[in-house]
Amino acid sequence: MNVLKTYKIYIGGQFPRTESGRTYVVKDANGNPIANVCQSSKKDIRNAVQAARKAVGTWSERSAFNRGQILYRMAEMLAGRKTQFIEELTQQGQSIESATNEIEICIDRIVYYAGWCDKYQQILSSVNPVNSSHFNFSMAEPTGVVGIVADQDTSLLGLVSQLMPVIAGGNTVVLIASEVLPLCSISFAEVLETSDLPAGVVNILTGSAEEMLPTLAEHMDVNAIFLSNAVTEMVKSTQLSAVDNLKRVLVMDSDWSHESAQGIRYISSFQEIKTTWHPIEQIGGVTSSY
Amino acid sequence: MTDSNNKWEYAPSLEGTKHIQLKDKYDLFIDGKWVKPSSNKYFDSINPANEEKLAEIAWASESDVDLAVKAARKAYVEVWSVMKPSERAKYIFRIARLMQEHARELAVIETLDGGKPIRESRDIDVPLACNHFFYYAGWADKLQDAFPHRNIQSLGVAGQIIPWNFPLLMAAWKIAPALAAGNTVVLKPAESTSLTALKLAEIIEASGLPAGVVNIITGHGDTGAAIVNHPDIDKIAFTGSTAVGKLIQKAVAGTAKKVSLELGGKSANIVLEDAPIDQAVEGIVNGIFFNQGHVCCAGSRLYVQESIADELVRKLKQRMQSLYVGNPLDKNTDIGAINSKEQLETIEKYVKIGINEGAEMFQVACEIPGKGFYFRPTIFTNVAQSSVISQEEIFGPVLTVQTFRTIDEVIQKANNSPYGLAAGVWSDKGSRIFNLTSKLRAGVIWANTYNKFDPASPFGGYKESGFGREGGLHGLEAYLK
Repeated sequence: MNVLKTYKIYIGGQFPRTESGRTYVVKDANGNPIANVCQSSKKDIRNAVQAARKAVGTWSERSAFNRGQILYRMAEMLAGRKTQFIEELTQQGQSIESATNEIEICIDRIVYYAGWCDKYQQILSSVNPVNSSHFNFSMAEPTGVVGIVADQDTSLLGLVSQLMPVIAGGNTVVLIASEVLPLCSISFAEVLETSDLPAGVVNILTGSAEEMLPTLAEHMDVNAIFLSNAVTEMVKSTQLSAVDNLKRVLVMDSDWSHESAQGIRYISSFQEIKTTWHPIEQIGGVTSSY
Repeated sequence: MTDSNNKWEYAPSLEGTKHIQLKDKYDLFIDGKWVKPSSNKYFDSINPANEEKLAEIAWASESDVDLAVKAARKAYVEVWSVMKPSERAKYIFRIARLMQEHARELAVIETLDGGKPIRESRDIDVPLACNHFFYYAGWADKLQDAFPHRNIQSLGVAGQIIPWNFPLLMAAWKIAPALAAGNTVVLKPAESTSLTALKLAEIIEASGLPAGVVNIITGHGDTGAAIVNHPDIDKIAFTGSTAVGKLIQKAVAGTAKKVSLELGGKSANIVLEDAPIDQAVEGIVNGIFFNQGHVCCAGSRLYVQESIADELVRKLKQRMQSLYVGNPLDKNTDIGAINSKEQLETIEKYVKIGINEGAEMFQVACEIPGKGFYFRPTIFTNVAQSSVISQEEIFGPVLTVQTFRTIDEVIQKANNSPYGLAAGVWSDKGSRIFNLTSKLRAGVIWANTYNKFDPASPFGGYKESGFGREGGLHGLEAYLK
């Protein structure tokens, strides 16, 4: 007899069940049940936001080098568990070939963003030649807590493609997984948990995006929302909910399997630009001629 | 205290106004022509320093806005988006030069219409506005170099709505990057300060810029709403209050319009115990009393380390005694007129709240003109973090003073605000300064200085102070796909 896995959710570095006590059944292509998955609630969203907010300082102040190391570790951990992920994808209806391809793209994408961690700053920042005696520079800083609704049509590819640029940039995340293809999301949480990622940086919930997104989009402690391939109505209602604390809302209609669906713009969309002025002392008339 | 005030009487030194040319009545600048408003309605623009009428300004209706958007669309499709970028640059350079030639006239009109001291409009607003055009002109044919990692494109027609605190400068901040990036413009100045934008329209007309590339239409809130809601506008750029910014966000939800918002603030100005105190006092005064405190990034929350608080507040009060409040046209004037009666009432309302909350008020006992809108420089001590006056934007010459003991405490207090526009830090120690500047959640941080601006320096907020940057390379981003 097989030992079946219990799929729980991931909040603050822990794997609790949803506080609501609800689950739903995930079925394979033939309609046979594969697993019970948590039907997370609005209260789970609020708990996850709290955990994410608490982790902002820790994660955003890690050195860029250290964030890169941790992201690269994730790629290593995922590569090590490749078989398990391919199996989950095939259980959810994909061919082995397509599943293998998806996991390989995911690994490559994590490596890609691991490499960005200590590089995007140099591309996004500037030293500004102001017309006065000041040293003036602008640099990128993470926006804060980002709510992500993962692509609903893929189990891992969209999730990884949306999540990596956001955490590479030093933000923390509350992520709602694909409702119909949720298996990989929680297995991926196990990858995160074993990659030295501080608790609370990424929080993953399974269940209905329609039910949970309004709470996330209205939450005053969330700074941005990232939607993928969302329907017009969901985009509009999210933008309206986001107004109260002026969340930044990014909607990307991307084919995540394509290489064009990665890049620094996914990082910069969740960065704020800070400009700092400092006077330069001017004493005497000696110039730096040599 | 008051003795020193009496000793320092100045002989008035009034800037002349004879050289300026103002029409009695201003129409709308649409498609390169001056057009009467379809409703035939006009409103008065007054001088807040003496409440005298300066001119009549056209009140644009929805159909006038539509006319302006159509002109901007036509100019975008037929002329501006297909023009060689280096030619576009030359037009913008030419506007910058013409503005420089009209600098003094623009400064005087700015002061008459808005109430700001002539020294500020002459030395800050107008030169910065000219330089902004000069700066962005050069970007027009270098856009691909600014963003080498992507294929850049202009957006189309930009609707721009600007506030009354820096009328000409805000027009420059909006129009210059929009044009450089290849967009056309429909701009609406604030109803109490339309005149310098209309003078800019005359300059643009004289520059030979193709008709319809810049349209300047005047009016009240309903005119602004018609711009925001117009279906053929691709981009909304707004500077003003957070409340109106949120209304705009609601209005554009679900549309494809790109938005940038530069909104309110309640910026912390932090003085550490090792700061050069006299310099800090100058910075505090500049931070809150510059432009009568009508500054979105004003250093309106002062945080002083406890060990130096008594000395600093004493010196601050002493310095405030020598501030000269009065006729904005007088070159001695430090603090001019409050922009409008409504704004004066808002400031008075907050000061009453502060007194009722139990804060201790200090106000300079200076004389102020009998006519016009004026308010004495004011500070509140004994203020709680939760006080309304330390939480909400007052937009006037009113400062709250709080103390702190540790760096951790002041970082938390400073960041404990829905706003995140700017902050100031005063200390003699570099490493300490950068500890604070990196932990303060604000878009612009001044270390040992305050309220400095430059076309090359990106400006804009975190959190509810808005999004998008104006100025510098980052300012182009708001006008490109």
